[in-house]
Amino acid sequence: MALSEPLDTTADKRKASEAVLELQDVSVLYSGKAAVKKVSCTIWRNRITSIIGPSGCGKSTLLRSLNRMNDFVDGVTIEGQILFAGQNLYGSAVDPVEVRRRIGMVFQKPNPFPKSIFNNISWGPSINGYSGSMDELVERSLSQAALWEEVKDRLHESALNLSGGQQQRLCIARALAMEPQVLLMDEPCSALDPISTAHIEDLLFELQSRYTIVIVTHNMQQAARVSDYTAFMEMGNLVEFGETDQIFTRPEKKRTEEYVTGRFG
Amino acid sequence: MAFLTEKSRKHLANRHRKARMFAWLCAFITWSSVFMLGVLLVSIAFDGIGWLNWNFLTSFPSRIPAKAGILSALAGTLWLIVMIAFISIPVGVSAALYLEEFSKRGKLATIIELNIANLSGVPSIVYGILGLAIFVRFFGLERSLISGALTMSLLIMPVIIIASREAIKTVPMSIRYAALSLGATRWQTTWSHVLPSAFPGIMTGVILALSRAIGETAPLILIGAASYVAFLPKGPMDSFTALPIQIYGWASRPQVEFSQLAAAGIIVLLVVLLLMNATAIYIRNKTEKRFK
Repeated sequence: MALSEPLDTTADKRKASEAVLELQDVSVLYSGKAAVKKVSCTIWRNRITSIIGPSGCGKSTLLRSLNRMNDFVDGVTIEGQILFAGQNLYGSAVDPVEVRRRIGMVFQKPNPFPKSIFNNISWGPSINGYSGSMDELVERSLSQAALWEEVKDRLHESALNLSGGQQQRLCIARALAMEPQVLLMDEPCSALDPISTAHIEDLLFELQSRYTIVIVTHNMQQAARVSDYTAFMEMGNLVEFGETDQIFTRPEKKRTEEYVTGRFG
Repeated sequence: MAFLTEKSRKHLANRHRKARMFAWLCAFITWSSVFMLGVLLVSIAFDGIGWLNWNFLTSFPSRIPAKAGILSALAGTLWLIVMIAFISIPVGVSAALYLEEFSKRGKLATIIELNIANLSGVPSIVYGILGLAIFVRFFGLERSLISGALTMSLLIMPVIIIASREAIKTVPMSIRYAALSLGATRWQTTWSHVLPSAFPGIMTGVILALSRAIGETAPLILIGAASYVAFLPKGPMDSFTALPIQIYGWASRPQVEFSQLAAAGIIVLLVVLLLMNATAIYIRNKTEKRFK
């Protein structure tokens, strides 16, 4: 944890939390070419961690390696270890299906299933053997995603009739219905208008008490507004990782300062 | 147009003229093929419509044209369609799903793909010889409906696989990722999301393939479908005849009445074909509209 050593002042806050994911020298290679290079950091429980950096810096790639979504890309190899509850996610005994069930994901573009709103939520739990009341679960998930009031009268209409922002909140609700330990979000607001974006950011604050969230974002203001920790990446390297306040006001590295003050990127 | 120079104005006029000429040429070609089809349909209708009555549909073939009917051929064709559908759809769609969703991109997959593409171009008579050698002789299925259906299934399998793969390819990756990120297995993703989304496209391919199958004559002649059958098949092991074979049988006789019977048979075949296509379009639209 060399990179977070200078953060002694924040030790108190961190003590209240525990590590959920520990990345140890994680490299992601596409056909031998490194897109993420030896990244080490810790994701803390019930905190929002944002990953920022210029396009192509490997932040989405890193995010997707946290729930093994990279497995579906041909020619991808992962080096190093990602510990989740003390177990290496890429260990031979680990079933990637189980990993994705525990670590949920929200994608850049809203991708609801072409099914009803209700079925969008209920499908995940039902294939994973959920046996409780599906109506309750759907209501709870939609409420958590701040969508319930808007859709409660049309649960059985197609999810494709919702607006972009509603669709994205539906996707969040769908992920929450699985009660994941970690929620990964890959630029969840990049396809949305400012009002929908504000909705989702409010939602992140609400969710923080219950979920650990890792969010990749292009938007530095967003990272500054919503996250507790910020990781700055460039060219596949983790340049700096620390408390969001510190990254944005007193960055250790010159590169970080240049980026967060908008001098490049 | 004052803002154009004389030279560019002429040049533009020339380009417009070329565009118009090309549009006319395309329209001419389109309408001439529609016209040919129209001539064909009208002349068949002219010859055959007089013979088309309830008696024709419910009688067995006969040496006497006035008593001859198409019942056994129509029944044979319906048997064939159903059997071919039951054989070729599951196998063809499974193969397409395997190639698109499960197989690793590699040498073997490439070889399989290449062979499927080649098979779709093999003349139907070759499939007939294959069916004769394998199903009729080797498996001892005799000259039965099942031999015919298996042979025809082989014939249209490549078409179904190719069309299904195209339909599966159009399902956006984001849907698969959404399902997989919820802890679904590949199979659950495929069954619940990929297949339903690809269904309308698969359906279209299947119907085109089946339409081809019911019009095919050569393979059926080779595996030995009879041209005179005076009973209805009771099961897949019975011998049979089919519409194109009956039509061929009548058309090759010298008497003019029989060629008119052939025309009537063609009308029946066309109606069966149109009914099939209409059913397919109905099913497709129904599944497409459900959530859009």
